[in-house]
Amino acid sequence: MSTQVPDQVEDESSAETVPAGKQKRDAKKRERAERVQEQREAEAAEKARAADDTYHLKVFRYDPEVPDKQEPRFDDFYVPYKQGMTILDALMWARDHYDSSLTFRHSCRQAICGSDALFVNGSQRLGCKTQLSDLSEPVRVEPLPHADVVKDLVVDMEHFYDQMEAVEPYFQTNSLPDGELEEQRQTRENREKVKMSTRCIWCSACMSSCNIAAGDNEYLGPAAINKAYRFAMDEREGEDMKQRRLEILEQEHGVWRCQTQFSCTEVCPKDIPLTEHIQELKREAIKNNLKFW
Amino acid sequence: MYEHDVIVVGAGGAGLRAAIAAHEEGADVAIVSKLHPVRSHTGAAEGGINAALREGDSWEDHAYDTMKGSDYLADAPAAETLCKDSPKETIKLEHWGMAFSRDDDGRVSQRPFGGLSFPRTTYAGAETGHQLLHTMYEQLVKRGIKVYDEWHVTRLAVSDEENPEDRTCHGIVAYDVQTGTVEGFSARNGVILATGGLGQVYDHTTNAVANTGDGVAMAYRAGVPMEDMEFIQFHPTTLPSTGVLITEGVRGEGGILYNEDGERFMFEYGYANNLGELASRDVVARAELTEVNEGRGIEDEYVHLDMRHLGEERIIDRLENIIHLSEDFEGVNPVEAPMPVKPGQHYAMGGIETDENGETCITGLYAAGECACASVHGGNRLGGNALPELIVFGKRAGHHAAGKDMEEARITTGKVGDYETAEVESPVQLGEAGIGEDAVADGGAAADSGAAATGTDLVQQAVEDERETINHLLEKEDGIQHAEIRERVQQSMTQYVNVFREEEGLKQALRDIREARELYQDVFVGDKSRTFNTDLLQTLETRNILDIAEAITLGALARNEFRGAHWRKEYQERRDEEWLKHTLLSWNDGKPELWYKPVILEGESKTYEPKVRSY
Ligand SMILES: Cc1cc2nc3c(=O)[nH]c(=O)nc-3n(C[C@H](O)[C@H](O)[C@H](O)COP(=O)(O)OP(=O)(O)OC[C@H]3O[C@@H](n4cnc5c(N)ncnc54)[C@H](O)[C@@H]3O)c2cc1C
Ligand code: SF4
Ligand code: FES
Repeated sequence: MSTQVPDQVEDESSAETVPAGKQKRDAKKRERAERVQEQREAEAAEKARAADDTYHLKVFRYDPEVPDKQEPRFDDFYVPYKQGMTILDALMWARDHYDSSLTFRHSCRQAICGSDALFVNGSQRLGCKTQLSDLSEPVRVEPLPHADVVKDLVVDMEHFYDQMEAVEPYFQTNSLPDGELEEQRQTRENREKVKMSTRCIWCSACMSSCNIAAGDNEYLGPAAINKAYRFAMDEREGEDMKQRRLEILEQEHGVWRCQTQFSCTEVCPKDIPLTEHIQELKREAIKNNLKFW
Repeated sequence: MYEHDVIVVGAGGAGLRAAIAAHEEGADVAIVSKLHPVRSHTGAAEGGINAALREGDSWEDHAYDTMKGSDYLADAPAAETLCKDSPKETIKLEHWGMAFSRDDDGRVSQRPFGGLSFPRTTYAGAETGHQLLHTMYEQLVKRGIKVYDEWHVTRLAVSDEENPEDRTCHGIVAYDVQTGTVEGFSARNGVILATGGLGQVYDHTTNAVANTGDGVAMAYRAGVPMEDMEFIQFHPTTLPSTGVLITEGVRGEGGILYNEDGERFMFEYGYANNLGELASRDVVARAELTEVNEGRGIEDEYVHLDMRHLGEERIIDRLENIIHLSEDFEGVNPVEAPMPVKPGQHYAMGGIETDENGETCITGLYAAGECACASVHGGNRLGGNALPELIVFGKRAGHHAAGKDMEEARITTGKVGDYETAEVESPVQLGEAGIGEDAVADGGAAADSGAAATGTDLVQQAVEDERETINHLLEKEDGIQHAEIRERVQQSMTQYVNVFREEEGLKQALRDIREARELYQDVFVGDKSRTFNTDLLQTLETRNILDIAEAITLGALARNEFRGAHWRKEYQERRDEEWLKHTLLSWNDGKPELWYKPVILEGESKTYEPKVRSY
């Protein structure tokens, strides 16, 4: 893999073997491209100048491969404001009109894929769900804290995924009905009980906000514990499975690490009562011990 | 080079189901996906999954509704397969723990949806797709199936016989987003494309930014025809500012549409005198735009969707997510005020031509989910019919690729049997300005593989071609950026190839696309880094957008009738004598070639006779 940025690349059309007609066409194409690009940049600058309202963003930049981005820094972008504009919209505008190398994850634009959790003005938020108008300027946009930065606003998610997978995050039941057309019944109340816990979009905002997780790399963390809650409280799984789940959660780096600081609950974009879920599991764990010791 | 029996490209509902199915059959299967599985767009689906689960309902009724909804352009063997397998597959999700909404007796809940003769849409609040995607991913983790996530697949490794029907797919080439490495993945048994939708061809869409039609375009360039691309579904209720979807469940539960004058226009102006708001999507989308065009829209742009009368309790119970979406993205609390809505691009009925087992005309190449066209939806998809498609056809493709004996397909693929060649009068030379002839080597049927003998050789050759392409894009110092090209195409498509289509507009769109193709030959990537280079990836995606925009527009220009979602100003009637046939577009030596094959209306025990479609 090459890590070097080529200094100067010979333009193809200047090579000797290229026929004259093609050279001309290429030159024309290049001219047109330059014109279009210039026009575009001028338009962008003009739009920013002419807008009644521009937002000033200070965006974290870092790229291990590009010499002048190896030292982390903040770049300033002035983005013309449109009613309803979100952080994500502003980043996309900056990327498409100023600097195509500005890098961040995003996909759904509707708070369901979980890929654009960012650290905005000092707290964890989804870019697509955060209105610019709710923030004070300059808006500081940084990658999630307590995770390795891959580039610009992109962080390494491996650790988060590992923790999620450590709790056996899949349904396990012994009492499936015989018929393949027959569902397991579940009461409305029980569905209601697990409902909030099923809403997690794996954005990792909670993990990033948690002091305990920052200090203890093995702590399962709020999202994974919530995932375990989702199954432990589902009546369809049965008592023996719940027992097993509680054992996983009781281990050294499990629920007992939580110091009820509520930061996870505060940042969760899906309003999952994470701290409450963790507390409830602690209570279950105690009941469980009383029963079996 | 990585080697597996089956490689699944994409990890949305279709990809995950395909991988689990192949694993069930004992195959060594891996998923390669540009997004981590839980980030796939299936998570955004709201309304529900259609399945005939209850007394009083039957798969036959579901099939009838599906054929009617399709405006008789679906193939009966595919529609019947969907409706027969859906109940079993939906309950399987329940057995896997999916958190469906529940009735008082503890059974999964169902609700009415547009175009359905029975309330058979099974749902989990207004977040059915999220629950489905996560449940299925959990099953993947349980089975320990390998996922290469954040690997962007750029090309198929297909042998280069002259006729696509003689070609074989041996694997894929993918780009590791984190490190910038280009690698080959050889598939001993088969490759399944499950790359999802293509909404990014338009600028107002419910689709994710990742939905750029990669699978459809890659298969096309490898020799598989694109089928029925002109049929694009515009959803009637999207938020005007962002395109975020407000589920049909709102109308299913009793939500009402009003124009500026406060008239319930679906009835008032006779758009659908029986079903009103619950007529099928094409009908409602046209009604809304007609209101706007006739000056009865609000701010000349949208109409109102009101669900206040349902009461807060019912809204929270069944549509809670809608409150959040409307508040977060439009600043309107729908418990207190009506929501502004307008039509937006939502779904591609067409896609990679497959049969009902998910197989394409190229041996070892399969497709399932939104990128595929087994022809379940024909001219118009019924709401709630895409999620069952993912699980039903994902599973079948997975089984087939893993070597399970399948019943022989009734749908034919490729240029065999009955087909009709065609020409279309186009304002520009089609395909002549092939994408990036200079800038990017063609991604076609491993064009230069020459004497490549084995499958892995072929994959290796494709890898080398791709490395060259990518190096070139990264080394080029100036030119035009993809964002500019993409924006032009998106705007032209939204202006001219939308809900309402006119001959002149379609021709203008073709000219615009042609111009964009020419610009693309000079595309360059500003970001020179090998680490997480989204600039490069979007540049590659833009190329797919170009091919797909062209296919949609060409198909639309050629089809001079009005069917399903395809409305033509000059042709206000469905013309069954001439048009009960599928549009196919093949990539032939740098030129798109148009041809047709007949629709199959004969089902298992009856023939679906085309009737006037009224709601
Ligand atoms: C907002 C919304 C609401 C909807 N609601 C409903 C509903 O209620 N009921 C219903 O039936 N249908 C609904 N639909 C339709 C349905 O959700 C989609 O058709 C379906 O989810 C598509 O699933 P998929 O598996 O085909 O693709 P996706 O879920 O989009 O997954 C595509 C996968 O392919 C991967 N991929 C794409 N390109 C590449 C590449 N080049 N390399 C590697 N990987 C790639 C992506 O990473 C992703 O994992 C809705 C759609 C939308 C947009
Ligand atoms: S619990 Fe909330 S904050 Fe944590 S990952 Fe899930 S959605 Fe994100
Ligand atoms: S882009 Fe998907 S959560 Fe924000």
